[in-house]
Amino acid sequence: MPLPQQIILPMQQHVGAACKPQVKRRAHVDVGTLVGHVDARMTADIFSPVSGTVKQIRTIHYSNGWSNEAVVIEPDGNQTVDESIRPPEVEDYAGLIEAVKHSGIVGLGGAGFPTWLKMDTDLSNIDMWLVNGAECEPYLSSDYREMVERPQTILAGIKACLDLSGVPRSLICIEDNKPKAIELLHSMAADDDRIDVFVLPARYPQGASRVILRNVTGRSVPRGGHLTDVGALLFNVTTMSEIGRFLGDGMPLTKRRITVMGDAIERPQNLEVYIGTPIGEILEYCGLKCDPAKVVIGGPMMGTTQVELESPIVRANSGLLAFTNEAVQTPNTTACIRCDKCIESCPIHLAPINIQKAYLRRDLETLNKLMADLCVECGTCSYVCPARQPLAQATRLARAALRAEQRKAKGRR
Amino acid sequence: MAEERQKPLVLLAAPQIMSPVTTQVIMRNVLIALAPAFVASLAFFGLPAFLVCLTSVVSCVGFEYLWCRIRKLPNTATDLSAAVTGVLLAFNLPSTIPLYMVVVGAFVAIIMTKELFGGIGKNFANPAIVGRIFLAVAFPVAMTTFVAPQITLAPVDVVSSATPLAPAAAALAHLDLLLGLHMGVLGETSALAILIGFVYLLATKTIRWHAPVAYVATVVVMSLITGHDPVAQALSGGLLLGAVFMVTDYTTSPSTVRGKVIFAIGCGIITCLIRFWGNLNEGVAYSILFMNLLVPYIDVLTPNTPVGGEHKRGGSNE
Repeated sequence: MPLPQQIILPMQQHVGAACKPQVKRRAHVDVGTLVGHVDARMTADIFSPVSGTVKQIRTIHYSNGWSNEAVVIEPDGNQTVDESIRPPEVEDYAGLIEAVKHSGIVGLGGAGFPTWLKMDTDLSNIDMWLVNGAECEPYLSSDYREMVERPQTILAGIKACLDLSGVPRSLICIEDNKPKAIELLHSMAADDDRIDVFVLPARYPQGASRVILRNVTGRSVPRGGHLTDVGALLFNVTTMSEIGRFLGDGMPLTKRRITVMGDAIERPQNLEVYIGTPIGEILEYCGLKCDPAKVVIGGPMMGTTQVELESPIVRANSGLLAFTNEAVQTPNTTACIRCDKCIESCPIHLAPINIQKAYLRRDLETLNKLMADLCVECGTCSYVCPARQPLAQATRLARAALRAEQRKAKGRR
Repeated sequence: MAEERQKPLVLLAAPQIMSPVTTQVIMRNVLIALAPAFVASLAFFGLPAFLVCLTSVVSCVGFEYLWCRIRKLPNTATDLSAAVTGVLLAFNLPSTIPLYMVVVGAFVAIIMTKELFGGIGKNFANPAIVGRIFLAVAFPVAMTTFVAPQITLAPVDVVSSATPLAPAAAALAHLDLLLGLHMGVLGETSALAILIGFVYLLATKTIRWHAPVAYVATVVVMSLITGHDPVAQALSGGLLLGAVFMVTDYTTSPSTVRGKVIFAIGCGIITCLIRFWGNLNEGVAYSILFMNLLVPYIDVLTPNTPVGGEHKRGGSNE
């Protein structure tokens, strides 16, 4: 894809504190120049993916009502690389963490959690470093392309992590509908007996961290806990690949692969785009059959609909979907028939319909008993509901309410 | 992007796609699964069977429609659940029943059991079962007047006889039971037709196998323990009809697999108690009705344990 006409870099592309712009209007930036940074622990720096001029620094609004400061860069087309870019010199695990901290790499499977922070944990009880190659969502295949196109950087990343951390074992988890990736990585990892490929059934939401951990190791993450509590680290395969690449060339995260799909798209494809590319330009490049009625960033199950075609692709996005009017399903909710499909299909074994009922009467005590905070927001319950009840939507709100309450309770103590 | 968009983009919360299986699709699947038994009943009992079915379905759907009209509620007659109730009710009736009784049964099923409790999804008991039991209590003679099927292996000269579960039952060959060449209500005669429907429901993932299998297995085990013929017990009466189409009723069965199995075992035990030691010939309907009443309690006692909820930690109140 050609260079976009403008790059919009929101200062919040991760979980944690928003960055502050480090460049001024009309300033010149190169590829890899630091654009956003903030002095906080939980954050990830933002770098320019292009060389060009900072056109403006303005507020952008998201379709979910949030707004964010963003640096708008006009590319000059030269793509000159910032002088400071050189491969990091890494000698020990602390050095690796320090290097990744300055790479801008975040969880690329959709979480957007700063990767260095995930690595900066007590390693003493970690016995497994999982690499998540199970696609985040249906429709998307960007992780698959990463495995097929850049297996060597994935393995380089894994080897560096294992060598420096001393974690004894790594499993690359791939769904069984991707035999090419399984075979490729299996044969390439054959010389290292710490690394193996683990084949999982292709069943959404296999890629959700708690689900995949359960299915690979049989361990379950306790309420309010993290994967590290049960001895595992889990990285998305593209994240791992970026680490491997970064250790080689020192270029921070400036590009990512997304799947462009949907019935309004003329040429659906996997596409490497510069982070900050407005979705309108990507859609134009892939061709639109007609004016789309619905545009989604992310996958069909968890993605967010967009109202502005100027919104940029950010680091954690792995898909861009455009649908025609015919494909837009407006839910026509009918009465619950107690078919229990939501309960049967919940990967965490929650009871979404009961959570919805409790949430509608704001019954936090029941929500706590139903453990609504364990929801991974995969959306399966809403998908299967024959009565079209907004179960996932209600559970999402219930989870937020419960977490707010938990924070309040913590504060009181 | 420069040109002005005519229509704003749709804004919806995830998920953006939904399964094509709606309530109507599920009910249509159940109707399709009931079709083999319907065809069998036509073959065995002819036109009267057709009339009973037609009357039952039309009055069930009609009552649902009228209720929605009168109460100014959204019309739920199109979701086909009333049609399913109609067919199930008809399958629980003998072909000789006067048609006005069928209408009364439909009224009890749809209005008194379903709509008065809040309509689809809110009824505490299976409407068709309550309709059947009401008719059995109100019109005991009409409800037990059976004719022999038109097709029989051995010529039978009886017009009125008890169902196979009456004492003479032991003489009945198992093959007869399997094919349905014996007397009984419309839908309970041919075990084979019901089993075809069962396979269809499993194939379309409309129901899961646990509850029907647990129900029939309980009856077989109880028969073995008490010295009854297990095959005859499993194939006769409304057992299979109940196991496939009524124990699996969404609304009136527990929500977890564990709960469903407990529910089905309870149904099986009560069925056997009534069959072996009660003074009724048939216990399927009563056992399911009784267990329906226990569903809320079973639900409370058999929740699933969420992944991560096994650990005794976290949560806001600890």
